[in-house]
Amino acid sequence: MKIDLRSPNIVMKLSKLGSFHQSKLSFLRSFLKEFKDWNYKRDLFDLDELGYGTAVYSFKKNHRVYSLICFANQLDENDRSDRVIATKWDAAFTLHDGVPKKQDIERLRNEVPKQEVGRLSCKELTLSRANKSVRVFNHVVESLSEGKQPDISLLSSVGYLYRTTAVYGSGKFGLADRFRIKDREEIYGPFRLEMMLVYLVRQFTFDQVNHVAKNKNPKKAVSLDPEICRNLGIGNSTGLGMAPFIVNHPTLLNNWVLARETALKEIREIKNIEKKDSDLFKEYLKKSIKNITSWNTESTYQQKKNKFLLEDLNNFIIFLEKDFNFLNEFSFNKIYLWLEKNSGDECIEYIVSMMMEPYDKIVSPLIKKMSSEEERYFNIPTNRTVADLRDILENRYKQILKIDFSKNENNQNFWFISKNKEEPRLADRFEEKGSELEQPLAIARDINRLYKALLVLKSSSTIDKFLMKNNHLRHVVRRAFIVEKFPYSEIQDNTIGKSIVPIDMLRLKLSFFGALKFDPRSDKWLRICMFQGAPLPEQLKNYDDSWIYN
Amino acid sequence: MKSLSEIDTTSKRASRASGFDWGIAEEVGKNTKMLEMLGLPGIKNLNHYYKVRKTKFFEKIELINELNPKKKLEYCPIVTGVSFLDQVRTLENLNEIKFKNIAYPILFLPFISRASEVIGRKISLKIDNINFLLNYNHSIYSNALQDGITTVGNDVIVRFIENSDSFHESEWNELYKLSEETFVKENESSKQSGAGAGLTDND
Repeated sequence: MKIDLRSPNIVMKLSKLGSFHQSKLSFLRSFLKEFKDWNYKRDLFDLDELGYGTAVYSFKKNHRVYSLICFANQLDENDRSDRVIATKWDAAFTLHDGVPKKQDIERLRNEVPKQEVGRLSCKELTLSRANKSVRVFNHVVESLSEGKQPDISLLSSVGYLYRTTAVYGSGKFGLADRFRIKDREEIYGPFRLEMMLVYLVRQFTFDQVNHVAKNKNPKKAVSLDPEICRNLGIGNSTGLGMAPFIVNHPTLLNNWVLARETALKEIREIKNIEKKDSDLFKEYLKKSIKNITSWNTESTYQQKKNKFLLEDLNNFIIFLEKDFNFLNEFSFNKIYLWLEKNSGDECIEYIVSMMMEPYDKIVSPLIKKMSSEEERYFNIPTNRTVADLRDILENRYKQILKIDFSKNENNQNFWFISKNKEEPRLADRFEEKGSELEQPLAIARDINRLYKALLVLKSSSTIDKFLMKNNHLRHVVRRAFIVEKFPYSEIQDNTIGKSIVPIDMLRLKLSFFGALKFDPRSDKWLRICMFQGAPLPEQLKNYDDSWIYN
Repeated sequence: MKSLSEIDTTSKRASRASGFDWGIAEEVGKNTKMLEMLGLPGIKNLNHYYKVRKTKFFEKIELINELNPKKKLEYCPIVTGVSFLDQVRTLENLNEIKFKNIAYPILFLPFISRASEVIGRKISLKIDNINFLLNYNHSIYSNALQDGITTVGNDVIVRFIENSDSFHESEWNELYKLSEETFVKENESSKQSGAGAGLTDND
């Protein structure tokens, strides 16, 4: 039986994308899988008794070495801020390509703590900073120094000792451009080096807290139980900076979503499900529920989504246990069709992720296809005709073309780059100044304008002639020809409408990162947790891909 | 040293701030990145051109012909380049295309290089006495192009060059300042709704 890929008109709606969950395709999981047999080492740990100083951690295999350099500094309580406008942090990090020399560390000591206003070199690959969860960090230090393990319930409610507030890569602030390293096989998956940085930072937080506790009370202190460490991740505060990324990288977005859709299609096409696979699916599904019940959020928006998710999952489990037989042919297809009829998007996408768990042989080859050589698709095929372009718009932007942009509510917002921090922001067009400097992210509106302009032209006329008079639409002409080849490259929604929920865009990207416990703090930013439950570096040799459900 | 990604982004924003449409600004970003990657002075020329554009007008050619004669104004290298790139499939039927007075022609070069890739043909570009052979978007520069056989190289020197910018920091700062004209000053309410806002960060 042949199953079609799900339609981009459904999958690429923001409400759907904002319901995606981590899966076997997620970058933090594929990173761990790739680096499980690399040699991990703590090369330098030069902290004073309060935990301030320098540390270096590395992953090495054959002649390749990646080194995380950490700078932990004293921070006044008044200066501690997760906001992007902060200028000081508890710790700052960079991932260095190779083994850093003494001169490198000295150079980086001056630059890395400055973050956006510092300058990195092409020897550095990623850059980040993080702040302590002071409440949790101090509690852990106090407990360990008294010879006790900390209060597990407090740790579980937060989930981390530190949270990062930005992770930069790909040429930002002088960091290495991706083209310099893109041919390295170990980093074929997207964001692999960003994942490595976050993972090694997690280890630094454990080493630092142990070190501070030990120095506080050398005779009595104990180390944080490795099992507790394993159940802690790294927090992250994420804002709108991430949202335009998925609009600005259409082929990359396509490749992420296409990998997910291809996996689903191939799983639905399996005729006979082996017992070991259905057992594994059921086992992980049940185990995974704890990731939802321990999902703390004060956001009523997310609480509501979680409530429906839990209800739908409970109904699904009842259906699975009472009414379903995996001996039926095309069982996963039947499950999928049942979900479409009986569940909301959160639950459907949750189960889609779970369905991938037994199928390494389907998922693994797809992971390598999730990067993109974006510039290969940059040139506009100007020999194509107006009729071709019109057809593309009518087929690929069906819903978008129905939006009435003469209504203010559909033009309500505009995206801009803030002068203060050079970060993308969203503002009300009718209340704020600056819409004349709008970024080219109003794709739905501009596609509508393009369509209207094409309607009055001769079908056989070519695009080069169209562009002579219409270069103000050039950016969307380019996109339309990209979406023709890459059907999942475009969000099928209005990103400037009154009802936009920007955190749906963040959720999409973060789900591919592998984040858990999305905790929206407003409609424009959220907190997440990464690597919670992941094996510690010393445990990687015995890597088990199901760690996320253990 | 500036990364190519920074060069792309800043050139794109500066182009928009200089008055080009976003779609053209995107082309200029990619082009400047390519020039700098090949060691050609993209930022230098772009920065200078955009400073001059503030007080001087340039000819915006839409339709490229075999002969593009001298006009009252010099041709804008970017508009000329975009038009050439868009029309190259028609233009390749002509043997030779001549332009009189293209301003800042180094900014025109990457369009021709990309056009070579589009049509899958090498293109030779002569700017006064300097020749470029554009090879499917892998540009090779030579000021002594020849197709004969060189039987011996008397002195052959290979030199590894330290990575460094091909432009002065002041030129970068000027272009960067122009790119900032695409930024918007945030109001207080916007600042208060950004990531991390609205709670104590010492929690």
